[in-house]
Amino acid sequence: MTHLELAADHGHRVAKERLDASPLAIRGLTVSYGEKPAVFSVDATIEDGSMTAIIGPNGAGKSTLLKAALGVIKPLSGTVTVHGKPLESARGRIAYVPQRASIDWDFPARVIDVVLMGLYRELGMIARVTGAHRRKALDCLERVGMGDFAHRQIGQLSGGQQQRVFLARALAQDADLYLLDEPFAGVDAATEKAIIDVLKALKAQGRTVVAVHHDLATITDYFDHVFLINVRKVAEGPVATTFTAETLQKAYGGRLATAQIEDLELGAG
Amino acid sequence: MLFDALTLQLGYNATLVALGSALLGISAGVTGTFLFLRKRALVADAISHATLPGVGLAFIVMVSLGGDGRNLAGLMLGSAVSAWAGLLAVQAITRRTRLAEDAAIGAVLSVFFGAGVVLLTVIQNMSSGRQAGLDGLLLGSTAGMLFQDAMIIAGGGAITLALVLLLRRAMTVVAFDAEYARSIGINTDRIDMLTMLLVMAVTVVGLKIVGLILIVALLIIPPVTARFWTERSELVAAYAGAIGGVSGYVGAAISASAPSLPTGPIIVLTCFALFIVSLFFAPERGVLAAYLRHRRFQRRVHIRQGLLALAQDLPVYEPLTIRLLASEGLARRDGVPTEAGRARAAKALRDEHRWHVVHSLPDYEAVSSLYDGLRDIETVLTADQIAEIDTHIGGPKGVPA
Repeated sequence: MTHLELAADHGHRVAKERLDASPLAIRGLTVSYGEKPAVFSVDATIEDGSMTAIIGPNGAGKSTLLKAALGVIKPLSGTVTVHGKPLESARGRIAYVPQRASIDWDFPARVIDVVLMGLYRELGMIARVTGAHRRKALDCLERVGMGDFAHRQIGQLSGGQQQRVFLARALAQDADLYLLDEPFAGVDAATEKAIIDVLKALKAQGRTVVAVHHDLATITDYFDHVFLINVRKVAEGPVATTFTAETLQKAYGGRLATAQIEDLELGAG
Repeated sequence: MLFDALTLQLGYNATLVALGSALLGISAGVTGTFLFLRKRALVADAISHATLPGVGLAFIVMVSLGGDGRNLAGLMLGSAVSAWAGLLAVQAITRRTRLAEDAAIGAVLSVFFGAGVVLLTVIQNMSSGRQAGLDGLLLGSTAGMLFQDAMIIAGGGAITLALVLLLRRAMTVVAFDAEYARSIGINTDRIDMLTMLLVMAVTVVGLKIVGLILIVALLIIPPVTARFWTERSELVAAYAGAIGGVSGYVGAAISASAPSLPTGPIIVLTCFALFIVSLFFAPERGVLAAYLRHRRFQRRVHIRQGLLALAQDLPVYEPLTIRLLASEGLARRDGVPTEAGRARAAKALRDEHRWHVVHSLPDYEAVSSLYDGLRDIETVLTADQIAEIDTHIGGPKGVPA
């Protein structure tokens, strides 16, 4: 092998190692509704054990990226690996918290029934739900401060409570990668606190959290990594170096006034 | 006569029909629940209408092979094949064009049904078709039901029911949140397809008894009725099965108890009667309960508003408010408060002040969000907390809390 080939081979191996180490690695992902790409040729390498915020303007493809990463919607092209393995063989390691607005909350179910759905992979299609399963579901509800609501009708919950129930369902999956779609959208302050506490506890256990987020003011408090997207990837990396006026301007364009950016507590850049 | 029918003492045919109808009703109700929860009730309409050309073609094929064109198993097979074709057509239109599912259903339903009617007319004019009686499959006809027909219906119904029980957990997760279902590795397309297959099976099984037009009623009315009585999906399915079963059994008995009462339509009307009762009298979701709840709420709002007006010596204009205050003994008909009224009014006003304090204190944030203008403050705060809040107010002392 020549020097050049050796160097290329080495580079290739380094890239492969990074890919294998990442709990979620996306390569060349394009998703399109109709003929206009919502996400175009995006690469992402989520850091193991990180709390990563996906940010970008409205219509930038944040939720789409998340859904495509989960295989919930079919991408036009691209690959997704979870700890270096194809997505389908790693389903049990991922938990998804969808936007609560996408659900009909008049569905006949109690809070605990929704959380028990998180045990689907464990239970399979027909195994009976036992007391142990119920206790596990209750425990997950306790962790989000909803223990008293287990037998409440889901239609009676406030928006913040609905969001916490969805989080409890994801907790029941006992995954090591949590993907959340706007978990703080339209929730009360108490819920926001409850959710962020749970997410930080997950991180403390070495699990990885990725959330679509829209409140730039809380990025530095809540997250350690950011992924900026506006159809194409704009930047990714630690908050301290990547969450800067320059990357924000690139992602949001003229839509984010300079004055607003100055108000934010930004990374050093 | 009806009692005889209900106790299966009206002869062999009536007994076969009653038991067959009950089993059909159970499997239709349970299967229909998952269609209803998935919000795809209309698809049942497309499936059922799309069975008709298959019925006609199966008859022609069986006759041309020298067999009996009225063989139920053959007709069911034919109807299943064409229902499947109709379902695929709906799916292809929805996926490949910009048309929504309702438009696709409308188009497929009418075209398949039209084609079926043409085939039946052709059969009527065939020499072997004069007595075919295939139009009985439109609205059901149980008069000449054979034991072997009943066995096919019972077997088909039982198999369908077993499959629904097997798939119920997956179907529930998909119906509640399809995207989440995909995220945990459920193949939602496959589950949806299996649901449709089960609906198709129920339709085909029900051809003989209720006919292809009315089977939709047995798929949809039981779950809709059951929904009035419970807030849990597995109970909706169980109740829907019971409602369908009772409708099938009672309906068949009623139709057997008098001459010239058609079985299928009577079953559907029985089911509808249960629906009407539920619609009005269900304890939580029923119309009557909702009306009473609204009235109670309105009463609380008026009395509260009236008391707050009295406390501030403001005139009460609304006749309803005055009437309600008077009926509680809180004011006279001319709007002047009674002694009890004055005391309650003073308390109402002080509670308003207390709430005002609660809003301003950060410690009470969670309680503060419960304020709706009606809630009694004692139901959310302890006496000690209220006493603490009262230290923030000057207000009248010594009025009972």
